[in-house]
Amino acid sequence: MKTLVEAVNDGLHTEMKRDASVMVMGEDVGTLGGVFRATAGLRERFGSDRCVDTPLAEAGILGTAVGLAMAGFRPVCEMQYDAFSYPCLDQLICHVGRYRWRTGGAMEFPITVRMPYGGRVRAPELHDDSPEAYYVHTPGIKVAIPSTPADAKGLIAAAIRDADPVVVLEPKLIYRTARGEVPEGEHVVPLGKARVARSGSDVTLVAYGAMVAVAEAAAERADASVEVLDLRSLKPLDEGALLESVGKTGRAVVVAEAPRVAGFAAEVAAVLAEKAILDLRAPIVRVTGYDVPYPYWTIEDAYLPSPGRVLAAIGKVMAF
Amino acid sequence: MRASMRVEPSPAMPELRRVIGDGDGHPDGEVEGLDDAGLLALHRSMVLLRTYDERSVTYHRQGRIGTYAIYWGTEAIQAGSVHALDDGDWVFPSYRESAIGLLRGMAPATILAWWRGHPAGWWDPRERHVASICVPIATHVPHAAGLAWGLRLRGERGCAICYFGDGATSEGAFHEGANFAAVMHAPLVLMCNNNQWAISTPLEAQTRAATLADKAAGYGMPGVRVDGGDVLAVYDATRQAVQRARAGEGPTLIEAVTYRMAPHATADDPSLYIDEARVAEERRNECLARYEGYLRRRGLLTDELAEAARADALAAMREGIAAAEALPAPDPALVFDTAYADPPPELMAERAELLRLLAEEGR
Repeated sequence: MKTLVEAVNDGLHTEMKRDASVMVMGEDVGTLGGVFRATAGLRERFGSDRCVDTPLAEAGILGTAVGLAMAGFRPVCEMQYDAFSYPCLDQLICHVGRYRWRTGGAMEFPITVRMPYGGRVRAPELHDDSPEAYYVHTPGIKVAIPSTPADAKGLIAAAIRDADPVVVLEPKLIYRTARGEVPEGEHVVPLGKARVARSGSDVTLVAYGAMVAVAEAAAERADASVEVLDLRSLKPLDEGALLESVGKTGRAVVVAEAPRVAGFAAEVAAVLAEKAILDLRAPIVRVTGYDVPYPYWTIEDAYLPSPGRVLAAIGKVMAF
Repeated sequence: MRASMRVEPSPAMPELRRVIGDGDGHPDGEVEGLDDAGLLALHRSMVLLRTYDERSVTYHRQGRIGTYAIYWGTEAIQAGSVHALDDGDWVFPSYRESAIGLLRGMAPATILAWWRGHPAGWWDPRERHVASICVPIATHVPHAAGLAWGLRLRGERGCAICYFGDGATSEGAFHEGANFAAVMHAPLVLMCNNNQWAISTPLEAQTRAATLADKAAGYGMPGVRVDGGDVLAVYDATRQAVQRARAGEGPTLIEAVTYRMAPHATADDPSLYIDEARVAEERRNECLARYEGYLRRRGLLTDELAEAARADALAAMREGIAAAEALPAPDPALVFDTAYADPPPELMAERAELLRLLAEEGR
């Protein structure tokens, strides 16, 4: 049994052992092993040239990673927190997602960006964001979000091995509370494959990251038979799994903790509206954060999707 | 204002390094590393760059290329520095050095295709160790720092050079890239083309630093200031910076001081902000004529050689624009086919849909 953050650590160890071109870089990832200890032990095992404590500069981390990729490395960049990753968006949008295209597809940029994300950790502002929409919206970038320890290890491995840049968002709320069996040795969860976390026949809850557990908690309490689909990859999106589940249940509730407007839940709803309209027996409902700055922690629980809010949405689609 | 000292010196300002004299009171110097053949090869590179630039402005006026960023007058900075590198060293151009690949044997048609918005303007940076043209300001400085750091990690002898303007030194990316390069002992040359204008914004509105070279001190690296119109001074400063880089002593910032002698780009109207008399004075003292004077005083350059260099460059450009214009219209499938090694399936579905529609429309 491993926690989710231990599984991330396991994945990094395994991939660095497997491929000498993999290097981990970021703020405090070396001697300290990361503020969440996701990179603990890497420096001792692989040395300070492969587990690099960088200057405090997120755009510099991702920008130098572009150059390191050009020199033949597979950089794995840690952004210390979700909202501290915003300075790196300049590099991500202007270069990381474009450079392969700019070379006519000749050059690969196998860069992984990983970061703890999400709320409910009782932290000051800008330690709680769900920035996935910025990343998903950037062409050339893939995005994965695990919700279990095994998937955390497997998606990290898939991201590192992928020829394209991949952002892995790790739900920090469940870093130490999500525990589970994690395969020993090499373990890859392919990008673009969703997971049915719970089977049901009346309504599909679509979720990812820490919201999978919220969806599961709501499913436990619902009167209806609820299926929970853990997307695991936002891009590529497993549209087949999404359409199959909603084709079966005819109802969909999308749960995400990011603000609602133009968030990833809207993309899921749009896909269902375009491709599953005849399967739907009720409008697609979103349960998300609100279109406000992430609140102070004494009121953050009111902002985040809760089992109660998800249950209300289930009631709505069942009653339609 | 004296043309040779392009900015008013402050007491703290180091003297501009100069090699080329003025044929009058200021004597000609010499640099190590260039024999007669090397000096003439450097001249041919400057002529090639100059010709590319002048022809491109004409091509733009003729509607044969799109908006173009003019670099007239900075050939000394580009050629002087590239000639101080080995062919295996990496070059990171900004749009102001769009044609610098010519000095590594890149075909003019490739760069002209880039300015024509045609995918044939894509290149593989590994072929000539010339990175893609960076359009946003200074964001390639961290790339060059990372690549140079990677070369060091691999134990390779190579180094990298990164070109940017004075305005770029105000960007966070310049700061982060320079700092990373210093911290990681990256074998990197940071080449600042200080032409004293960022479109319409003059240098004094860009910084309160006495010189841009002074900024190097903040990163713990040497800052060198050279006359950017003196190709041999640029060559010499770059050569020393490259020697430092190869010796494991880390990066160097070179401030090549010049003056923007042409519009920012073909879409710009500098009459709204620039001192035309100053521009005319600078153009009279431009770098290619200065270098040709030097070579003639040394008895190396004859009229025949100068004319041959110009004729060869013009022929290369004629051939280049003809080749660029002869390129077939690009396949719309290229919209989809280069962004991902392993594209998302939904993107491939959109590709199929668009190609089907285009086929129906008979395109």
